[in-house]
Amino acid sequence: MELLTEVRWPPYAVGIGIGILSWFSFLISREPISCSTSFARTSGGIERLFRGKKVELKLYYQEIKLVVDWQGMLVLGIVMGSLISALLSDDFHWQWVPSRWAFTFGNSPVLRVIVALIGGVFLGVGARWAGGCTSGHGISGTLQLAVSSWISAICFFIGGILMAQFLFKVIG
Amino acid sequence: MQTKASENISKKDKSPLVWGLVFGILFGFLLQKGGATKYDIIIGQLLLSDFTVLKIMLSAVLTGMIGIYLMKTLGWVGLNPKSGSMGSNIIGGLIFGVGFAVLGYCPGTIAGAIGNGYLDALAGGLAGILIGSGIFAALYPRLKSGILKKGDFGNLTLPQLFKVNDWVVVVPVAVLIFLLLIWLERVGL
Repeated sequence: MELLTEVRWPPYAVGIGIGILSWFSFLISREPISCSTSFARTSGGIERLFRGKKVELKLYYQEIKLVVDWQGMLVLGIVMGSLISALLSDDFHWQWVPSRWAFTFGNSPVLRVIVALIGGVFLGVGARWAGGCTSGHGISGTLQLAVSSWISAICFFIGGILMAQFLFKVIG
Repeated sequence: MQTKASENISKKDKSPLVWGLVFGILFGFLLQKGGATKYDIIIGQLLLSDFTVLKIMLSAVLTGMIGIYLMKTLGWVGLNPKSGSMGSNIIGGLIFGVGFAVLGYCPGTIAGAIGNGYLDALAGGLAGILIGSGIFAALYPRLKSGILKKGDFGNLTLPQLFKVNDWVVVVPVAVLIFLLLIWLERVGL
């Protein structure tokens, strides 16, 4: 039980755990762990609330289908699992501005939220453009040795490292 | 067609959804224990000062790959690789990377960050991802047969690309990941 209340596990324990989890998701659900399509379905679902059924006719939503599926439940589960882990280890806290951000850019929640929103837009477009994210391509795809996933994962980090340097070393 | 598909799903048993939730809870639990729900850890990786994220990802890939290919060889599971193209994966990957650094979370870890109580993830990042996904859906008809098809290679895997037995790729990749992790520890990253 003490293990569950520890704030941090070694990265290798976590990684091996995720690897084993991927065995069972293939074996039981025939699904690789992936997340980002659910955000596109949610986005389409919200648009449907305002604009009605015709949203479903959009080409992209005909391909991915606006339904709550295995992956949608997975993403919901991630929120719950993280919450459980954080509560058990007393690591849950409400926070607007992360400390590394505050150190360079100050502790204004408004600035942080605006920049996070802009980053999210890029992330949303990029995930759909590449056909996956750090989970679907970065872990589940690379472990299947998919060519698309190795190229994507390498580009995620090239883009990410260059942009992080620019943000923190040039602007910051 | 759409209504029929959703009717079918509601008539089918709900166990896939329950399993999705179970896997998600375990995944989220692990991400939080690894620190991957935190902006500081993720941005530390992209600034190359904290290698936690890479260590988690590489050990997950190492473990997952060996198990999945073992089960594939035994005929227990089939692979499900995503199809791709140069125009899709390179350009999309770089756009994603920019967003990854500006936001400091990715789609999986942002769900974990929300569970951890991080409001910049909820109020800023999540809204942004939903807007970005919507923008892509609007652009999709124009991108589909253009840029997204440039350099199309389908759902190829590396063993298929090199036309070799799976294990000819799995073993060297496993060794390389293992050596990279040992090197990271050696140099104290």
